[in-house]
Amino acid sequence: MKIINLLKIAISAIRRNKLRSFLTMLGIVIGVGAVITMLAIGQGSNESIKSSIASMGTNLINVMPASRNRGGVQQGRTSSQTLKEKDVAYLSKNCTMVTAISPEMNTSGQVVSGSNNWPTSINGGNEEYITIKKYEISSGRFYTAKEIKTAAKVCVLGQTIVDNIFPDGTDPIGQTVRFEKIPFKVIGVFKEKGDNTFGDDQDDVILAPYSTIMKRITRETYLRAIVFSAKSEDKITETSAEIEELLRSSHGLKDAEDNDFEIRTQEELISNFGSISELLVVLLGSISAISLLVGGIGIMNIMYVSVTERTREIGLRLAIGGKGKDILWQFLIEAMLLSVFGGIIGVLLGYLASFIVEHVMNWPVLITESSVVMSFMVCTFIGVFFGWYPARKASALDPIVALRHE
Amino acid sequence: MSNNSIIEIKNLHKNYQVGDEIVRALRGVDLTIDKGEFVAIMGTSGSGKSTLLNILGCLDTASEGDYFLDGKNVKTLKRNELAEIRNTKLGFVFQSYNLLPRTSALENVELPLLYNGAVNSKLRRERAEEALIAVGLKDRMKHLSNQMSGGQQQRVAIARSLVNNPVIILADEATGNLDSRTSFEIMALFQELNEKGITIGFVTHEAEIARFTKRNVVFRDGRLIKDMIVKDRGDAKQSILDLKDDDYNFSS
Ligand SMILES: Nc1ncnc2c1ncn2[C@@H]1O[C@H](COP(=O)(O)OP(=O)(O)OP(=O)(O)O)[C@@H](O)[C@H]1O
Ligand SMILES: [Mg+2]
Repeated sequence: MKIINLLKIAISAIRRNKLRSFLTMLGIVIGVGAVITMLAIGQGSNESIKSSIASMGTNLINVMPASRNRGGVQQGRTSSQTLKEKDVAYLSKNCTMVTAISPEMNTSGQVVSGSNNWPTSINGGNEEYITIKKYEISSGRFYTAKEIKTAAKVCVLGQTIVDNIFPDGTDPIGQTVRFEKIPFKVIGVFKEKGDNTFGDDQDDVILAPYSTIMKRITRETYLRAIVFSAKSEDKITETSAEIEELLRSSHGLKDAEDNDFEIRTQEELISNFGSISELLVVLLGSISAISLLVGGIGIMNIMYVSVTERTREIGLRLAIGGKGKDILWQFLIEAMLLSVFGGIIGVLLGYLASFIVEHVMNWPVLITESSVVMSFMVCTFIGVFFGWYPARKASALDPIVALRHE
Repeated sequence: MSNNSIIEIKNLHKNYQVGDEIVRALRGVDLTIDKGEFVAIMGTSGSGKSTLLNILGCLDTASEGDYFLDGKNVKTLKRNELAEIRNTKLGFVFQSYNLLPRTSALENVELPLLYNGAVNSKLRRERAEEALIAVGLKDRMKHLSNQMSGGQQQRVAIARSLVNNPVIILADEATGNLDSRTSFEIMALFQELNEKGITIGFVTHEAEIARFTKRNVVFRDGRLIKDMIVKDRGDAKQSILDLKDDDYNFSS
């Protein structure tokens, strides 16, 4: 039988049963659309968690004082006073696997400009701090080594601070703001970074030389932390091992003694939050697997019913000389046309729904080619298989049996 | 076995399993039909007429016994060979028409030719139109099957059985739903086809219709009880003319 005849037969059969064809297609449209959207949401969140961790710097290493138990009383981290400026000097001289190193100070308080104030916290570091934390200057400049040495009262503001204490749009650069009554001259503004995945506003930040914070605000001689940029993301473990060794010797710890500091890498952060995001992906993955299953069952049912309902038609076609394989081809082509067409609409629907989720609900979405191809193929396969399978059964009947089918 | 026979059945049985019961629809039928015959298969309802016709049309298979079609035992033929025979040698008119719903008369009639690779689309259209003209549906070609009366649907079904120029036409109650005028027209058509040499098996329970055929076989309870040649064979064309006078006379 000529393929053109088969196509004609299939198309006229689809046209003859518009509602049923539409319903069949609907199953596929919804199946494909739902899976694409679901996967887009899952992959979008996963990707956004990953990229926001990366935006904090995947090669970031944090060293903090260890919180120690003394007589059963746990002391807060701030009360541990094990990290000092001389550790920074020692590490920057001896550490071979880092590109940047900075002490870190931090304290919270109000920042005030004129009649505007804003509760926030101020961070301090050296001139390398900006690269380690991956901030960028949008106007003005960062503070210099000289300003660090002299504990200059200068600061760089994040956009959130600027928006809140200069609501009238004054250029903050050159202005003086007060933090805990200490006047700071604004010398720069950071480029916006936006929220990180955990909802923290990364632009709610003031940076000043660490020395200024130590000497003028907290009046401490101890550092809150030391931060590093490792040379290579792949060698984070080795790098933290080196830091550990150097710090132990700098602190003169004996072999039996525990570290009086704690090393945190982004890798740990990634693995902590990575497990949350993995959970999310597994969750959404299972939901989309379920919706694919439900969609598949829907397609299966409609295909099965529609072919079974047409057993008489199959009987007639057999009776007037159609061969088994002609019948099979007709149904295969019908199923393929419906599935492929439905699949295409489903993909468009998936894109549309993802777009809505992204722009109306403000969720991060990511449509990957593999999810499109996968859902399209699965639904099409189900459609074709369940169109073909009952047709095969019917075409194997005696024509008269098929004709008598109710 | 006469050399001229086209259909020959021997001791044919057909049993249907209905629950625990076995319905014996045909109980040992012997029948030979020669080329060019025009046979009316008669009998009361449930006597096995349709069952026999379905077997003759290669739509169904016998439970027991042999059926030789043009010398070949149908039992030995494969499914595809049977399909081929149904497509090119046989024309079948079903008791319940079996038209494709929501499909035009023309497309319904074209259907058998779609399964015949030797017929191109132009020829297919021509032959379908010819067949529809032959059954008097010249101005109904584009109408959908569900937009037609029972009699018109019947005629579309007949046109479909003619379209492949069959050697044998098997019709199951082809005039069952028609008024006498239309019935006579159909019989005239069958007589004409028979003149051209087509063998016709024609199931009917109306004696008035059976007299237009050449031979009547009568069934009862799955057995052939009577087989006779029609003596005063009616001329369907003449009968139509006779009708003319009392066309609107419902008392007759
Ligand atoms: N598919 C079937 N399953 C079970 N029994 C059947 C089947 N088809 C026919 N029969 C039985 O076989 C017998 C013969 O049926 P058939 O249809 O051949 O009768 P018929 O002579 O064509 O009657 P009618 O004039 O009413 O069409 C009937 O008793 C019927 O009940
Ligand atoms: Mg019958």
